[in-house]
Amino acid sequence: MSGMKVPSVAEAVAPNPASPTFWRRALAHRSFLLGAILTSLLVFAAALSLVWTPWSPYEIDMAAKLQAPDSAHWLGTDPFGRDITSLLLVGARNSILVGVIAVGIGLLVGGSLGLFAAARRGWAEELIMRLSDFTLAFPAILSAIMMTAVFGAGIVNSIVAIGIFNIPIFARITRASANALWSREFVLAARACGKGPWRISFDHVLPNILSVLTVQVTIRFAIAILAEAALSYLGLGTQPPQPSWGRMLAEAQTLLFQAPQLAVFPGVAIALAVLGLNLLGDGLSDLMDPRLARKR
Amino acid sequence: MGLFLLKRLLTLVATLIGASVVVFVVLEILPGDAAQTMMGPDASPEAVRALATKLGLDQLPLERYWHWVAGMLTGDLGNSYAYSSPVFDLVKERLALTVPLALMAMALTTGLALMVGIYAAARHNRMGDVGLMGLTQVGIAIPNFWFAILLILLFSVKLQWFSAGGFPGWGEGFGPAFQSLLLPALSLAVVQAAILARITRSAVLEVMREDFVRTARAKGLSQRATLWGHVLRNAMIPVITIMGLQSAELLAGTIVVENVFYLPGLGRLIFQSISNRDLIVVRNCVMLLAAMVVILNFIVDILYAVIDPRVKASDI
Repeated sequence: MSGMKVPSVAEAVAPNPASPTFWRRALAHRSFLLGAILTSLLVFAAALSLVWTPWSPYEIDMAAKLQAPDSAHWLGTDPFGRDITSLLLVGARNSILVGVIAVGIGLLVGGSLGLFAAARRGWAEELIMRLSDFTLAFPAILSAIMMTAVFGAGIVNSIVAIGIFNIPIFARITRASANALWSREFVLAARACGKGPWRISFDHVLPNILSVLTVQVTIRFAIAILAEAALSYLGLGTQPPQPSWGRMLAEAQTLLFQAPQLAVFPGVAIALAVLGLNLLGDGLSDLMDPRLARKR
Repeated sequence: MGLFLLKRLLTLVATLIGASVVVFVVLEILPGDAAQTMMGPDASPEAVRALATKLGLDQLPLERYWHWVAGMLTGDLGNSYAYSSPVFDLVKERLALTVPLALMAMALTTGLALMVGIYAAARHNRMGDVGLMGLTQVGIAIPNFWFAILLILLFSVKLQWFSAGGFPGWGEGFGPAFQSLLLPALSLAVVQAAILARITRSAVLEVMREDFVRTARAKGLSQRATLWGHVLRNAMIPVITIMGLQSAELLAGTIVVENVFYLPGLGRLIFQSISNRDLIVVRNCVMLLAAMVVILNFIVDILYAVIDPRVKASDI
């Protein structure tokens, strides 16, 4: 009995991103398309900064300080004469790093806890959910403040703090989505075939909640970028000389009267990155659950 | 309702206890030697030992936790290391700014969101709707501290209508104090209003598809009368839920925005206390903000059940 092959129903329940129909619909979806373009630009900027920047983002040149945008410095220079374009490109790398690790922590730990809670039910589920209630009492910025108060400011601490904040969110979403699937016939069939809770969770439940998790990943990625920018603005996140969009804004605020343009570009970069990820999330959500799109 | 309330109340108490344990473990146990953390690596061992004794760090952790919780219940939060004054007085003074700021931001959020959301729903899929929803997408993507800086740039640097920061205090009269909180409240509200406007629009559209709305229109009620008399009341359930959750976001947002405008509120106190390594103040302020978040969520749960009786039936 246990050797019987249970066909995966992932394709039947969730839309298959590999199918040509999915991509045809995706290319016709305005939010998805704009979101994908903006997100690709963010990734491209970060990748480009690894091999090329117009100027060195670390090189101080006081003779060229606070220059307005021109052909040499496309977006001008900061009070230390550093090229704003180069700082923004390297800052993109920073934002992606924070997003990937902080969301990765939330997805891996929270997702596993959610799957476990749905598979075990009973006291394990109750315990995990109550623990996530406690952690939800601390918005990302508050948990980051606690971390930095103890361990000091820095990018690692802020990533960990944002990641910890993501754990209960992914745990709740995974559990809720997985719970709905555990009462479906195909899961009952898998159980009847003798599959254990973990095999069922990974073979049948996880593939069917991937669409929900993918949408959440894009949204949480955007929130992680915002949280890191806020922490760096406060001086609790990325530390000098590493460029960060949030810290560039903090420095710009002290020069609002002399060089107001400094306060514009890093903010635009953050807003475009977050807008792109949000639109991508909205688009993916519509494409993966067309019923939601019709309701909008 | 009684059983539902009792269950929710017990959950509230358990969550508050859990949150206090998290705060205590992170800020008291994790640093290892809290006195050393507060005085910095250059402090002499004698000074660190003296502070440790003064703070009661020689007691068992469980004993210290109990003292702290008992102190919170009686209003004795200990003394600030940096300010040398009772933490309770410091917090009370700062709340006189943070609470009005959060309330103003919530009022602005609600007003803006309801106007935009209802207008967009009434013009579903027309130019006004598409344009406003595009704007809300941009609003959600803007970091509140950047929007705050842009507001300063426009209203303080260019137009010079408002000061770029600071707070004259309520003693100087309501007008100047209100004026200095207006830009901070607006910068907090815009992002949340963008989110709430989208929720309002979806909720109104959802209710407009219900049979009873068709019946109201069929019996001759105008679209405006149907919207105000029948749709809005029913659409408010999800809107109120999100508003409750947003209050928590607004409270957390004050930490950043108070720093942009140099406002002497709770957020700035936390931030300064981190710089001063004043863990006693950080611990109590973080706990206070976390407790506010938990209590707000509790109120939302109860409100939700009052508005929609199906909630408690399925919850018990």
